[in-house]
Amino acid sequence: MSVAIDVRDVSKRFQLQGDRPSSLKERVVRRRRGTGSTPFWALRDVTIEIDAGETIGLLGHNGSGKSTLLKMIGGILKPTEGEVRVRGRIASLLELGAGFHPELTGRENVFLNGAILGLSKKQLETRFDDIVEFAELEGFIDTQVRNYSSGMYARLGFAVAVNVDPDVLLIDEVLAVGDENFQRKCLDRVSEFQQQAKTIVIVSHSPDLMRKICSRVAVLDHGRLVAFGTPGTAIRTFREHLLEQQVERRARLEAKHSDQQSDDATAAGRGDSATPSLSHGATQEAKRNFKVRITEIEVEHPHQDRRPYIYPGEPLSIRIRFDADEPVSDVVFGIGIYDNRDGRDLFGINTELLGRDVESVSGPGEVVFEIESVPLLDGTYPITVGVHSHDEGTVYDWSEQRHWFEVMNPDRRVGTVAMPVSVKVSVQHQPPSSTLAS
Amino acid sequence: MIAADSAPADRSPETGTAADAALEAPTLVMSRSSVLGHLRLVVRYHELLVALVRKELKVRYKGSTLGFLWSLLNPLLYLAVFYYVFEVVLEAGIPNFAVFLLSGLLAWNLFSSSLLTGTGAIVDNGALVKKVYFPREILPLANVGASLIHFFLQLIVMAFALVITRWSVDPAYVWLVLPALIVLLLLASAFAIFLAAANVYARDTRHLVDVLMLAWFWLTPIAYAYSLLASRLGDRSWVMLLNPVTSVTLAMQRGIYGRTYGNPGPDGVPQALIPDENQLWYLRNLGIVGAGALILLVLAVMVFDRAEGNFAEEI
Repeated sequence: MSVAIDVRDVSKRFQLQGDRPSSLKERVVRRRRGTGSTPFWALRDVTIEIDAGETIGLLGHNGSGKSTLLKMIGGILKPTEGEVRVRGRIASLLELGAGFHPELTGRENVFLNGAILGLSKKQLETRFDDIVEFAELEGFIDTQVRNYSSGMYARLGFAVAVNVDPDVLLIDEVLAVGDENFQRKCLDRVSEFQQQAKTIVIVSHSPDLMRKICSRVAVLDHGRLVAFGTPGTAIRTFREHLLEQQVERRARLEAKHSDQQSDDATAAGRGDSATPSLSHGATQEAKRNFKVRITEIEVEHPHQDRRPYIYPGEPLSIRIRFDADEPVSDVVFGIGIYDNRDGRDLFGINTELLGRDVESVSGPGEVVFEIESVPLLDGTYPITVGVHSHDEGTVYDWSEQRHWFEVMNPDRRVGTVAMPVSVKVSVQHQPPSSTLAS
Repeated sequence: MIAADSAPADRSPETGTAADAALEAPTLVMSRSSVLGHLRLVVRYHELLVALVRKELKVRYKGSTLGFLWSLLNPLLYLAVFYYVFEVVLEAGIPNFAVFLLSGLLAWNLFSSSLLTGTGAIVDNGALVKKVYFPREILPLANVGASLIHFFLQLIVMAFALVITRWSVDPAYVWLVLPALIVLLLLASAFAIFLAAANVYARDTRHLVDVLMLAWFWLTPIAYAYSLLASRLGDRSWVMLLNPVTSVTLAMQRGIYGRTYGNPGPDGVPQALIPDENQLWYLRNLGIVGAGALILLVLAVMVFDRAEGNFAEEI
């Protein structure tokens, strides 16, 4: 395989300014004072070799330098140190329709944008009909672009960009625009490019997308390359880095939280990675009377010493320790599991539904919910624990999404639920050309 | 989501050809490029230059009723104002003032509009610069190109002025217009490229240029005659030629207007207007300015090369 993109020892330094001096006076004054800017390394000694025909994902949290790297490959930024070599024609989809001028018509903009992307007028003339058809703008192509909806704008931008026929395609989360139908079209076009052995570099926040289309994934953390390999391992590294940060942040928050714990006033949405909890949870928390108190909640899994997450299908226990000062007879312990991406309620169960009625409690005790197998894929899953009466009229204690567990998907399955699946294929005619789905 | 059914069946995976084509066109992105490298890129992207010039022309008068007629009206309005001030109020006594003024003014318009629009070229196209790669010097050069088209449009006004006043052009000198134009384009490109880069880092540049262009205009013999001032400076008249645009406008005036002497003054001696020198004198001056412009252009591209690496962040 020949190398299509060769990133060698690349570093990029920016001058960080609280308030950038954009006037001459400010520049002079600041220089004299010797204050103002501090150097900031957005990328540090990054070396990546990408073979022709590969689809590479760049993954990293905000400010990890992934977009900077993409811009460097695209020639939009120049490295402070090191060298980037790219073979072939590059088309960058960093923003759809970036070159559009609102006063010009769609037709005029196609020619202008195409020229910006490096196409000759002749080439554009032969592809013009394809572009318009792909963008589904047959009726509006001679309308000024300022009258376009944002969807039409993006469609035309994408249509021009993919018709450039690049050797190297750079994509920066642009696939997130447009309706579902259009997104699908974009992905189809990307897979076509893959079939034609074009090199693709894509920046995205979505591990799912990476798993689906990338041959290898590079993970950046604070400007350094921390992993470059198969999507499964790279995404795991990425999430481990993310988890470390979350744990630190939570520890800080917890410390702050415990200071305030003494006074009884509680508010919703304490768990900071969880989406703001439902108002239901907040009211439940507000209603509790503490006749039965939750003293401790522990989320346990067999490998917790070695890793802070579980793999799909592994067991999980939720251990609830409680205390009651006086005997309480009408008690139900319940748990709820949520998806922190959209706050959706994934699963709920309680002792009553499990047919394990708690007759009465007095003094300290323990309830353990043992989940044999967690059928979930990638994600952070907050847990709510409640102690209440059978009719839920009385809430003794309630912990709204203060605890959570993480699932890491080592393979290339996509989505939220890990369904056991097998596949049978029977072919009747000549097998069609294979796709990248394999 | 990317399933087998969504891939069009008629596209056979032409793995080999695409990869081979990629190998033929290596692009190298380094921290620095040579001046020659920049030139090569501009040549390779000449179609973009043409497209951007076309855009500039389309956009400038978009929505205005008179459209590009404004390009023609502009020198006419200047002509009216200067005629009133110099010929009516000050009685400068330059014969056929219209042709005299226009022959210098059109060149100046080309120069000044290149610089004024070129200064904002990078900042105004920020969305583009941040998101798409192309040689950035194309942007200020497109402004120079658009100004050149306006220059040609304004030549129509000049042609009318020549026809209406039945002014004859001296064929022995008129060809000076061409080298003058080339030198002027070199000079305008050098300044536009430099100013476009400077304006990204210090936005005052634009306002500074606004003011300086006004001063520069009056320091250039366009509305008044060169020899009028040169005769007063005597031996030190070479000072006026330090202004590079002077040599260009003089060549333009010699080529189109052509008359070196005006009407007799109060003392009966004809008033000197432009240097009564032969073609070689004008060519020599243009040559000096042209060489200087080339050096400036190289310097401007070097500055631009240093600056452009951070354009996307500074805008």
